[in-house]
Amino acid sequence: MVKSKEEHQKTVTHAPKTGADLLIESLIVADVKTLFGYPGGAVLPIFDALYKKKHLFNQVLARHEQGSIHAAEGYARVSGKPGVVIATSGPGATNLVTGIADAMIDSLPLVVFTGQVNQTVIGTDAFQEADIIGITTPITKHNYQVRKISDLPRIVKEAFHIATTGRPGPVLIDIPKDIAANPCADHYPDDFHLPGYQPTVKPNPLQVKKLKEALLSSNKPVILAGAGVQFAQASEELIAFAEQHQIPVVNTLLGLGTFPGEHELFLGMGGMHGTYAANMAIYETDLLINIGARFDDRLTGNLDHFAPSAIVAHIDIDPAEIGKNVNTHIPVVGDAKYALKEMKKQINQTPDFGNWRQHVYQYKQDYPLWYKQPEQAMIGQWVIDKVYQETKGEAIVSTDVGQHQMWSAQYYKFKKPNRWVTSGGLGTMGFGFPSAIGAQLAAPDDLVIAIVGDGGFQMTLQELSILQERNLPVKVIIVNNAALGMVRQWQEKFYSERYSESIFSIQPDFVKLAEAYEVRGVKIESPNDFEQQLPDLLAHDGPVLIDARVLQQENVYPMIAPGKGIHEMIGVKP
Amino acid sequence: MKRIITAKVSNRSGVLNRITGLLQKRQFNIESISVGRTEHEGTSRITFVVDVEDYQKLEQVTKQLNKQIDVLKVSDITDKAIVARELALIKITSNAQLRSEIQGIIEPFRASVIDVSKDTLSIQVTGKSEKVEALIDLLRPYGIKDIARTGVTAFLRGQQPQASQDATPFSLLR
Ligand SMILES: Cc1ncc(C[n+]2csc(CCOP(=O)(O)OP(=O)(O)O)c2C)c(N)n1
Repeated sequence: MVKSKEEHQKTVTHAPKTGADLLIESLIVADVKTLFGYPGGAVLPIFDALYKKKHLFNQVLARHEQGSIHAAEGYARVSGKPGVVIATSGPGATNLVTGIADAMIDSLPLVVFTGQVNQTVIGTDAFQEADIIGITTPITKHNYQVRKISDLPRIVKEAFHIATTGRPGPVLIDIPKDIAANPCADHYPDDFHLPGYQPTVKPNPLQVKKLKEALLSSNKPVILAGAGVQFAQASEELIAFAEQHQIPVVNTLLGLGTFPGEHELFLGMGGMHGTYAANMAIYETDLLINIGARFDDRLTGNLDHFAPSAIVAHIDIDPAEIGKNVNTHIPVVGDAKYALKEMKKQINQTPDFGNWRQHVYQYKQDYPLWYKQPEQAMIGQWVIDKVYQETKGEAIVSTDVGQHQMWSAQYYKFKKPNRWVTSGGLGTMGFGFPSAIGAQLAAPDDLVIAIVGDGGFQMTLQELSILQERNLPVKVIIVNNAALGMVRQWQEKFYSERYSESIFSIQPDFVKLAEAYEVRGVKIESPNDFEQQLPDLLAHDGPVLIDARVLQQENVYPMIAPGKGIHEMIGVKP
Repeated sequence: MKRIITAKVSNRSGVLNRITGLLQKRQFNIESISVGRTEHEGTSRITFVVDVEDYQKLEQVTKQLNKQIDVLKVSDITDKAIVARELALIKITSNAQLRSEIQGIIEPFRASVIDVSKDTLSIQVTGKSEKVEALIDLLRPYGIKDIARTGVTAFLRGQQPQASQDATPFSLLR
């Protein structure tokens, strides 16, 4: 049973006995309700303390720590709240590394607790000792090892603050077993002071004024909106700004959903597998307004051809992103919501960008996304398009990494933010299914669909256990091409069809596998069957696994080949 | 180009590891790094000499350093009026006959002999890096057995020139 915040916090008893009790209290104070934990020797005291308070938490036991942390990421992406993970020392902690790196590069707020061996043996290569602080320093926003019990409440509070403010990110707290097990006083201070961490939230109005002036003398502006808009909950402000001034909008992969996919001003996703219209708009624009995107290389392509004639304005809460990859003329450091508010305040009248709009709309019309669905067999693009049509862009969609991910980004046109869960920066196979579990926990009443490849699904499919156990109605759709499709595509195009280790010679029977976990499983091979069965399967009130057999040789188009510029897309027409 | 960057940091565990790790991960070349406590309890000053290609890279170094939670303040002081010093200990081969000759060499550098053995002589010198280099070059012919250098440590002079920094670039390391 999960209680309201007040009720939840009232249950804090004022007689903690051990460091572990103190830790659990700190979690209650931080209003944590969902926990993704996996026990082990070094965290036995913590799990024991949790046992006493288990009525206060929704605890989810994944079957691999990687599953725990990807679930926590999905939870964070959809709820906007920090995902909380607990794992044991050594292998438990190292099993989290991929997820931590993933959360770091995609700016997801996580607070990760790892057990550590007793302080007396740290540094002696003790049983299940790993230097997780050393290992995770480059992939955490911050990390701590607790050395004194009295520091624990402050550290936990700092960790939640750091993870969720400024540019969000993962924070790890390493807790030696003796700290958790030893008795401690009733109460320790939890107030903190972080003089070196003061994120700039409100933008400098003078910088916004420069943006205004640039907009007033622009003829061809375009907005590039990234995940920063979602973290700032600034989607409404973004839509209002774009509509007021009638400026076309491009999304990054992770920004999808911050602008409605069917909006007239929307040009689609930019970058390697973006739309021709989005990329040409960036190529031709004279004023690129980047709001909360980090100019990742999958977006920019060859930097020499990226927005070559544009004045670049970049709004970002992380000043280190500004000017990192792309030369920026108008830096605006701040939260996207505050920036858009300030823009609304300062910018009233702008020129008519009608000609420019007509120009880019023409690209949209002349170069739409395309695929050719054969009569007898299914292809991935079509499958995802059908899912989109059936759910009207309202489902929460998580994906794994590969072709199906790019097709989902292309064909699933989100109406709203916080409904798109994908691993962008790290491109982590194995992410899609567990992250859907986290998403479903964050939004229990919503339809959650995990669109995965047959390759990536096999990296974390053991989490099927949780679906039945927690009665989570996640719908898994395997876009099954019997290959590591994206690798196969690159080998076809850039390695003269030398398919090195990218085609599976055997496949498990995914339906039987689902059934083994008491999940309803269905194999579908024909477009007819798919169309007929999809509505029922999505409406089923429990978990479903659909093994959708698709043609292997399909490629993701259009595409910017490696090293090429954003204007040099291939496969733009059938 | 070589730049002198100072960072004030909270003395929390792991801070040095985090900083050197980030410089390494982002491929910034560190010439030298020196660390010590400051006048405020709980804070240290790190002085880096970094070799960066251009101003964009330089900006990245300072921004990435600033981003660390335990870093309080980062300044590129290369173009300011600063005092920058380094200490070097130099052990050379020497015998009784050579001692006075060496004395004559090191005197203008205001260096001093801090240890003597039958066939070695240890010299301590402080100053700008160029001065230290110059002395080492002069001593080289005698046979250098060992060198220990602290790396540059630096801070701003008490008074900064009124003119803007760009008008009178004052750079120790050019
Ligand atoms: C952990 C991990 N290992 C390897 C890769 C490299 N990789 C990127 S896409 C891909 C193929 C994915 O195949 P599948 O899951 O079947 O999806 P598809 O591309 O066929 O849709 C591979 C191997 C990766 N992104 N992540």
